[in-house]
This record gives sequence, structure tokens and C-alpha cells, in this order.
Amino acid sequence: MSRRPRGREERSIVASIGLHATLLGAVVIALFPVVWVFLASLKPKSAIQSSEIALFDQPSLENYRRVLLDTSFPTWFLNSVVVALFTMAIGMAMSATAGYALSRFNFPGKRGLMWLFLITQMFPVAILIVPIYTIMANLGLIDTKASLVIAYCTVAVPFCTWMLRGYFDTIPRDLDEAAAIDGLGPFKTFWYVILPLARPGLAVTAFYTFLTAWGEVAYAIAFTLSDDKLTLGAGLQQFVPQFNPQWDLLTAGAVLIMLPASLVFYFAQKHLVAGLTAGGTKG
Amino acid sequence: MSTPVVFDAASRVYPGSSTPAVDSLDLEIQPGEFLVLVGPSGCGKSTSLRMLAGLEDVTSGAIRIGDRDVTHLRPKDRDIAMVFQSYALYPHLTVGENMGFALKIAGAPKSEIQARVADAAKVLDLEPYLDRKPKALSGGQRQRVAMGRAIVREPQVFLMDEPLSNLDAKLRVSTRTQIAALQRRLGITTVYVTHDQVEAMTMGDRVAVLKDGVLQQVAAPLELYDRPANAFVAGFIGSPAMNLGTFRVEDGAALVAGARVPLPRATTAALTEGEVVLGFRPEALEMVPAGTEGAFPVEVLVAEELGSEAFLYGTLAAELKDPQLVARVAPRSVPEKGSTVHFRILPERLHAFSVSTGEALPTS
Repeated sequence: MSRRPRGREERSIVASIGLHATLLGAVVIALFPVVWVFLASLKPKSAIQSSEIALFDQPSLENYRRVLLDTSFPTWFLNSVVVALFTMAIGMAMSATAGYALSRFNFPGKRGLMWLFLITQMFPVAILIVPIYTIMANLGLIDTKASLVIAYCTVAVPFCTWMLRGYFDTIPRDLDEAAAIDGLGPFKTFWYVILPLARPGLAVTAFYTFLTAWGEVAYAIAFTLSDDKLTLGAGLQQFVPQFNPQWDLLTAGAVLIMLPASLVFYFAQKHLVAGLTAGGTKG
Repeated sequence: MSTPVVFDAASRVYPGSSTPAVDSLDLEIQPGEFLVLVGPSGCGKSTSLRMLAGLEDVTSGAIRIGDRDVTHLRPKDRDIAMVFQSYALYPHLTVGENMGFALKIAGAPKSEIQARVADAAKVLDLEPYLDRKPKALSGGQRQRVAMGRAIVREPQVFLMDEPLSNLDAKLRVSTRTQIAALQRRLGITTVYVTHDQVEAMTMGDRVAVLKDGVLQQVAAPLELYDRPANAFVAGFIGSPAMNLGTFRVEDGAALVAGARVPLPRATTAALTEGEVVLGFRPEALEMVPAGTEGAFPVEVLVAEELGSEAFLYGTLAAELKDPQLVARVAPRSVPEKGSTVHFRILPERLHAFSVSTGEALPTS
């Protein structure tokens, strides 16, 4: 009996079947809810709640038309876009500069600051809602988008600062020194040398800050009151009152919400490349 | 046009450390000179260079470039260019952009940047690579880009921090010559740090030897070789290293493995102890028949035959610093391993050092 020895790149049939079955299972688990919501969004309301299960049942875009034309959904959507973009811009600016300072400079209170950032992450949102509400009320910011942007930044900035600091730490300090010799001050070094090399870290940060604000519900419900100030997370709640959930509108809205997040992810993942600093330094 | 550089009792003490990394360094570098800082790792040579670059604070003392006191100036205000050991090229910029970066930041017109980058690229044979990113270059090419980035600046002083240590041995030798030639042509004052004493000897107009943050000796390469100021310099400069050993002195002669090696009167007069550290380079040993005056026996351990010369490693029945003794012998007729041969030290090439201080004693 001579059997050809298996090469490094080959697997046995059993292993192959097992592997693919596992992967297939994972894919189904991940995709099922999304696909189900999408299919439901095409059905009339009665079909969604029907006990008979069918993939397609009088498919139409009627639900989408009603969400976009007959409800405040477009206003909420726009509010969410504004809040998420501002959270992303402000959050990234703050965490990138703070992360750079923590990575490169020594200053009194540096360790304390790092700990503070870490500790603020440990409180659940539920506990923070009331104190932050009080602060916002004192500042006269209740029922404004600014209150949400600020609240979301308190969530996103500490985490992103830690993450970016870690990323900046991987960029060789020799480059900072070369930049200093080439005539750059700390700000120009940050802008011309560090940021271009930190693109993958910044992309992840951008995506994270965007998502923090995009689908958030708790702060949104607490801080916004009037219908024209609501964001998506808070607004969609109106489709699920206690006794008469409007699944048709909810599913269509849910599909629409996914689109911008996917778009942001698409642009972010393009920058998730490894080896940006390759070739710069050796040894 | 060239600029002198002066270290005036410059010291650097790292926070949390009580011993200075650089201990009141006094060093005058002439305009246009190629000065090499050399020493074992941790001797403070890189720290000295970084103090001059402005990357390291000066704890006390002063540093002057030309007639400007730069002690507390920022690197960008010192008009220097530096070649890093790691090269520290900007990975996201092309070779051309790397070389022109400093000029761009300084706001030089585009045409001027292009012209100067093109000039430097021509000198360094980098013209075909100007549009490549550093990661698409070989180690030697990256090293030349780092050089180019410094040249384009036309600074008052070049600083080089072990720029050859990442190259393979052969490339290191050829690049060594190129850098030295380039520096002579540009005539820009250069401070070059290395741990390799061969680099120091071959490249420098003068060489400064450091140990534990203290300057041991500054001199032209041959001067260092022929007249080391102390036992450390004597042992550090030269390859293979100088044989150094401590021997008892009796009646004006040192006892080396039973043989009496006569010492010059000046040496014995300066001796304060009954012992002396003798130093003799491999080429200061002469193979002689047994029984010759001052000849001592050496058992041959290894013979290195290099073709043009040969080195003999042997043991001496006496306390040498390095347990092995090295002698240069005529090639193609080296004694066999295990045999015993007799050597005599050429009297005019004998070095003597104090046992307690390590300082050189007069030998004539």
C-alpha cells in the first residue's frame, strides 16, 4: 500500500467537509437575520405576521414607499447622518491628537489620563444617562443634535484614543526624529508623517465612531424629544408601540439603515491594509 | 563655507540615572573635517551625536555650530542633516519625495527641489528609482536614499549614526569608500558614529574614542594606532587587537613567561608599582630561535592563513588580558598547530601602561 504523502497545502476529504460545513453554518447564522428582514420588508404587513412561512409573498416596494413618504423617517435619517458624521469628525480629531500625544510625549498626568480613559469605559450606558442628562440640561442642550454628538464622543473617544495610541506606537520613532531634523515641528510631523502611515488605524476609528452614533438608542431617546429632532434609533421605536407593531415599516426602515453603515464600512475597509510602514526603517 | 563644531564640556544625564551617558565632552571639530566617534556599545557615542542633532537634551555644557550656540535650539533650527542607522525613510513617500521633503517643508520652489533632488540622485546612482517607494528598494539603495536626503539639504553639518551597520560586509566596504569620497568632495563637516574600529580608521580625518561616556583620545587614525593614550585605546584600535598583559618588573625588565624583556629607562622611571601593562601589536612580534635574548615560548593554538599575511594564535604562560596571544607571521610557512615557537618583542614597538591608571608610560 503506497499512499502519496499529503502536501502542506492539502487536506483530507473529511477535514475538508468538516471545514466547509462549519464555515457554511457560520455564514448562514450570520446572514439569516439580515436576509429574513430584507425578505419581510418586501411583504405586506399581513403576510409578515402570518403563521404561514414563505420566502416571497406578494413582493413589492410598497413598504419602502410608505416609510419614505408617509412617516418622518427621512427627517430621522438626515438627523442620524448629521449626528454620526459630526461624531466621526470630532471623535477622530480628538482621539487622533490625544493618541499621538500619549504615544510620543511625556507630560505630567499621562498615566492618570490613560487610566481615566479606561475607567470611563467601565460604566454601562444605563448608569450614565441620568448624569449626562443633567449636564446637558444645565447646558441647555436637551433636544439638540449637539447633545447626542457630545454624548457619543464620550463613548467613542476614550476607546479610539487607546486604539490609535497603540497604532501610533507601532510607527517607528526614528521617523519622528527624521522629521524633526527635516524641519518639522510636532504638528507637521503628526500631519505629514504619522497620519498618512496610520491610515488603517484611522479607518477603523472612523468606522467605530460612525457606528457608535448611527444605531444608538438609549441616549437618543433620553436627550431628544420632538419628532423632528429624533434620530433613527429613537424614531424607529415609534413603529413598535406596545400593542400594534408595524413590522412592515420597521423592516423596510431597518434595511434602509443598513445602507449608510455598509457604505462607510466599504470606504473604511479599503484602507485596512497591512505593511504601510514597510521599508522605512530597518533593524 | 565649512563650519566648525564645538562640544564644550557637554554632558547628558538621563533622568533616573546618576552616571552621565556623556560626561563633559570637550571636542573641537574643524571645518570640513570628517570626525569619527567610536567606542563599544553604551560608550555614549550615539548620545553625543544626538545631542549635536538636538534629539537629546544637553544637561550641562554647550554645543556650538559655527559661532552659533545651538545647545537649546530645536533640531530644525540647527541646519544639520542626519543619516539614521535604520535610515528612517518616509515609507509613504517616493524616493524623490523623501529626498526633497525637507526642502518642501522649508517652502523651496518646486523647480529648485527637483533640480537638487536630480543632482543628488545622479551622485548616488538613484536616478532610476526616484518614483519608487522605499519598500521596493534593496538595503543598499535605501542607505543611499538616506544619504541623498542629507545631501539635498546642503546642511552645515552631516551627522551619521552607524549608517553602514545594516549592510552586508562587502557592500559595507564599498559604501564606506563612497561616503568618505563624497564627504571630501562636498567638504561639509561630518560627525560619524560607529562601533567598528576599521570604519573609524579608514574613514576619519580624526577619530575620537569614547568609553563609558568619557572621551579617551582624539587623534588621526595612525596617531591612535601608534601612540594610544591608554590601555583601552590600545586594545580597541587595531585588528587583530593589540596583545595586552600585566607583567612583573625586576631590575628594569619585565618578566614575560620566564623571559626578561628590557624596558626603556623612561618607562621604569615612570613606574610606581612593581608591575607594568605591556602592549605589543601582532606585527611587533618577531619569530626568533629559542635562546635569543628576550624571547619567550608560545604554544601554537590556531594559525590563520590569509594569503598575504598569516596570524598565529597561541597561549603564553603569563597573564594576558586576552588569554590568547596574536602574532603576525610570514604567510605560507606558518608553524604547525601544537608546536612551540619563540617570539621577541621589537623594542621600538613596545607600549607600556600603568597598571593602576591604564595611562600610557613613556617608552623613549
